Amino acid sequence: MNRTLRGSVAVAGVGETDYFKRGQSPDPEFKLALKAIIAACEDAGISPREVDGFASYSNDRSDPSRLAAALGCRELRFANMQWGGGGGGGSAAVGNAAAAIAGGLADCVVVFRALAQGQFGRFGQGPRRKAIFGDGAHTAPYGLMSPAQMFAMKVQRFMRQHGVGQAALRAISLAAYHHAQNNPRAVMHGRPLDEATYDNSRWIVEPFHLYDCCLENDGAAAMVLVPAERAKDFPHAPAYLLGAAIGAHFRAGAPVHNTPDYATSTFKTLAPRLYEMAGVAPGDVDVLQSYENFTGGVLMSLVEHGFCPPDGCNEYFVKERFLAPDGDLPLNTSGGNLAECYMHGLGLNVEAVRQIRGQSSNPVPGAQVSMVISGPMVTPVSCCIFGGEATL
Amino acid sequence: MNAPYLAPGLPQPAPAPDGLDAPFWEGLAKGELRLQRCRACRGWQWGPEWICHRCLSFDLGFEPVAPKGRIYSYERVWHPVHPALKDQGPYLVALVEIPGAGGVRLVGNLLGDPRQTVPLGASVEGVFERHDDPDASFTLLQWRLLD
Ligand SMILES: [Zn+2]
Repeated sequence: MNRTLRGSVAVAGVGETDYFKRGQSPDPEFKLALKAIIAACEDAGISPREVDGFASYSNDRSDPSRLAAALGCRELRFANMQWGGGGGGGSAAVGNAAAAIAGGLADCVVVFRALAQGQFGRFGQGPRRKAIFGDGAHTAPYGLMSPAQMFAMKVQRFMRQHGVGQAALRAISLAAYHHAQNNPRAVMHGRPLDEATYDNSRWIVEPFHLYDCCLENDGAAAMVLVPAERAKDFPHAPAYLLGAAIGAHFRAGAPVHNTPDYATSTFKTLAPRLYEMAGVAPGDVDVLQSYENFTGGVLMSLVEHGFCPPDGCNEYFVKERFLAPDGDLPLNTSGGNLAECYMHGLGLNVEAVRQIRGQSSNPVPGAQVSMVISGPMVTPVSCCIFGGEATL
Repeated sequence: MNAPYLAPGLPQPAPAPDGLDAPFWEGLAKGELRLQRCRACRGWQWGPEWICHRCLSFDLGFEPVAPKGRIYSYERVWHPVHPALKDQGPYLVALVEIPGAGGVRLVGNLLGDPRQTVPLGASVEGVFERHDDPDASFTLLQWRLLD
């Protein structure tokens, strides 16, 4: 038996709520989740009652049984949570949902992520309690406590080892902001970024300037996944899942910065598996969404997915290469986590599907191979590739 | 005794309630670096685990090791994420590998000028930074560059 997800599941619908700056959503988190799911179902032309499964990640607080009850789903057949924090589970949730469908567990699975950081806690803050124990006791008393600080340590080593200059990170940020100017959903729509503004922005933690760091937002996004044999029953061109990979390298979770392979986006073992399942090579990728918690994670992600050798970053990471429609590798074409919205990266999967449909606000003409890299530098991470009809 | 490197008010480390890293903190309080070592295969590991990842023995102990290391990576922090650091200004956090303990890594601050250039691989030695708080006393292990 050839065990693969390739071509067996399609995305029939995508949707999102309005995106808000952190704390400014008029709706609580659960209501945001409901609205995004309804938007994705409307896009697919189905009733939410047909949904029979939910998949999410990063300990999403919107419980599938409550969602199914609220939406009047006729039956719940799949309720899945991908372990691990950050956005590393974005493409894993897609893969998990697809595996459930391909394996016959469910027929119509919603992948979603809802976030209201105003209602709940913020990500970028250090712990407030006085005593701390466990892994945090070995880092927080030294002033190392935020995600930016955790990941800057990895990126700094990678950049030092490979002689990568700041302009490489800047190119990633500039491309995201460029694309956001054409995307009316983007929180940074109407707020372009240029080289000088980036260079003069304050340091958060070296090597991250302010514009190397993701936004903090409220909102929700959702996708409707169905078996490939039903893919043509829906209004929009289907985006087929060609492949997905989930996981991490040997002892990536070793505590207190002790993973043996340290200066990595965590994708070295995933990328070959992804390409093998999808049956594509890096050169076949028409458009890429690569999760930006911090630009340095994008840098290492592209290297580890074979787009650029580690010692060639200064030449490879130039803005023009990443711009739709004409760049070699249009990158984060909605504005991504830096400039569209930080929806824990599920917005990147939504954008990847829109590219195949030709519905992106920065369309890449004829895009058929559309790739997503989710949540670099955490563990586990995930990645996936969507394909248009021509790729099957 | 020198003033602590960072402003007071940050979270204070305490041994894990399950006791897993208690010997480490007891060691620091006595001015000694103690790290986890497997009694079966003699391999070092850090952070501490209940089992040796090399040989899967549960027979683990802590052994003293000289607080000498090398800069594996570092970062200069500018944006304060904790109210205690509001007026701190930039500070350096280092990831230090300990060749005497199988190359395991520890996080600490790099003492001295926070704006200094830090070479990867530079040799450092540990400095025990004692905190005497009415509620809790603890010791941090900081690092300084050797010439
Ligand atoms: Zn052992």
